[in-house]
Amino acid sequence: MLCQICGKNPATVHFTEIHDNKMSEIHVCERCAEEKGMAASASQHKFEIADLLAGMVDAMTRTDEERVGHVQCPRCGLQYSSFKETGRLGCSECYTAFQFQLRPLLRRIHGDTRHRGKTPAHGSAGAERSRQIQRLHDDLQRAVEREEFEKAAQVRDEIRKLEAELQAERAATPSVERPS
Amino acid sequence: MSATPRDFAQLFDTTSPWLTGSGPHSEMVLSTRIRLARNLSEVPFTHRAREEQLYGVLASVSAAAQNSHSFHDGLLLRMNECTPIERQVLVERHLVSHELGDGARPRGILVAPDQRLSLMINEEDHLRLQSLTPGFQLAEAWSLSDRADDELNQSLEFAFSEEIGYLTSCPTNAGTGLRASVLIHLPALVLLEEIQRVLKSIMQVGLNVRGLYGEHSEVMGNLFQISNQTTLGRSERDSIDSLERVTRQIIETEERARERMLRDARVQIEDKVWRAYGTLRYCRSIHAREVINLCSAVRLGVAMELPGLCPLRTLNELLVLTQPAHLQRIHGAELSPADRNIVRAQLVRERLAAADHETGTNP
Ligand SMILES: [Zn+2]
Ligand SMILES: [Zn+2]
Repeated sequence: MLCQICGKNPATVHFTEIHDNKMSEIHVCERCAEEKGMAASASQHKFEIADLLAGMVDAMTRTDEERVGHVQCPRCGLQYSSFKETGRLGCSECYTAFQFQLRPLLRRIHGDTRHRGKTPAHGSAGAERSRQIQRLHDDLQRAVEREEFEKAAQVRDEIRKLEAELQAERAATPSVERPS
Repeated sequence: MSATPRDFAQLFDTTSPWLTGSGPHSEMVLSTRIRLARNLSEVPFTHRAREEQLYGVLASVSAAAQNSHSFHDGLLLRMNECTPIERQVLVERHLVSHELGDGARPRGILVAPDQRLSLMINEEDHLRLQSLTPGFQLAEAWSLSDRADDELNQSLEFAFSEEIGYLTSCPTNAGTGLRASVLIHLPALVLLEEIQRVLKSIMQVGLNVRGLYGEHSEVMGNLFQISNQTTLGRSERDSIDSLERVTRQIIETEERARERMLRDARVQIEDKVWRAYGTLRYCRSIHAREVINLCSAVRLGVAMELPGLCPLRTLNELLVLTQPAHLQRIHGAELSPADRNIVRAQLVRERLAAADHETGTNP
């Protein structure tokens, strides 16, 4: 990909940002990034989601493109073509309705398509405990990365303790077999 | 801690916590912000929802918040009940976004009693939970938001999928819905013309940088906002850790640049600081941009521990109080830009004189 400012050098600096309700992704070479300062170029060179997507539908024929554009979310009625214009999805169901189109887009934006963050707490003490365990696993991973083995051992002990407690709780309350 | 503000007027009269100049590294990092985007699973996203649905969101979210520990007894302001100047004041305080500030639809802002936490309702997403803390304290800001998010989640069902995470109106926020940012002051790197290299390296590690008051993205007052770029594929902790690491490096780089600058040109720098202070202290008409730039020089002087300047808190407050809506609200009437410059100069002089008086110093 070539720099979007000079059009000559390969683009090695990439970023996405929201400006005036439009999502823009900017690819520039190092020299231009340096010259313009990214803060300035972000507002001068706005690229709408349509531009971002343009490259992705290049390979499609016109009829393919029309068909994709007419894909509609069964819940909110949003058409994919309208998402392409605004960069905004209509409802949570849109993510399912447009999943095949969104996956490559998400990959381009985030470099990944899979959530690795927290999950909704929603209620029970058991859920809270599993979240706590999840956090400790994060801590453990980090401690190992940083070669803080003493800390890692401590965290591992804590995880074991919590997991044991969680199991004991589950055993004591068989009624939570089917969470609503 | 001051009492919970009961209405807009009381909120206006209290200093936002992020302006207090307290907190770790506050001479260089003005504030740390964590924002989480959430949506109710049963309602279309804000821009596609019907008006009555949005009233429903406003009601259920504010009820859930009042029931939560974090927001209990908070202040709810409905945007359509605020005057345009009041809305703009909230924008200038970084409590609401420009989008929420337009006030045309059923939207609101809920401010927690201690004012570090706030919740925008029916912005681009149904909920935008924000913690805004003074100085450099990502862990504290995250734990405030994380806890409030869990509490709200006790009574609200958020749009979430196992694969993509929290579902947001714009796919750039999907996943964690997290935007973590720090507002940092880098005068030496700008002066020594090393800033572009630093900004470039920040962007290369996947973070985003922009100037203060980003609208026209003109970098004013040597202030930069650094934030995470992506929200999918990494945990909140990972994103926050990498922002933390990079910010620490930048703080060190700026510190080293300041040392070099002072070694080579101490007199010139001190001269610049005192001239800036003098201008602020005695001006009779001044533009907002000039205030921001002069405050930057004085801030550098405060960090250098030059005796006789004002406290950080005064500098932080000036950044916000000299913005157009704050000025007009204080003045009690609309002002033309030319009159604003005069009223602004008066306010700056008075604030600095008061700070002088408080600290009992006299250069
Ligand atoms: Zn270029
Ligand atoms: Zn939909």
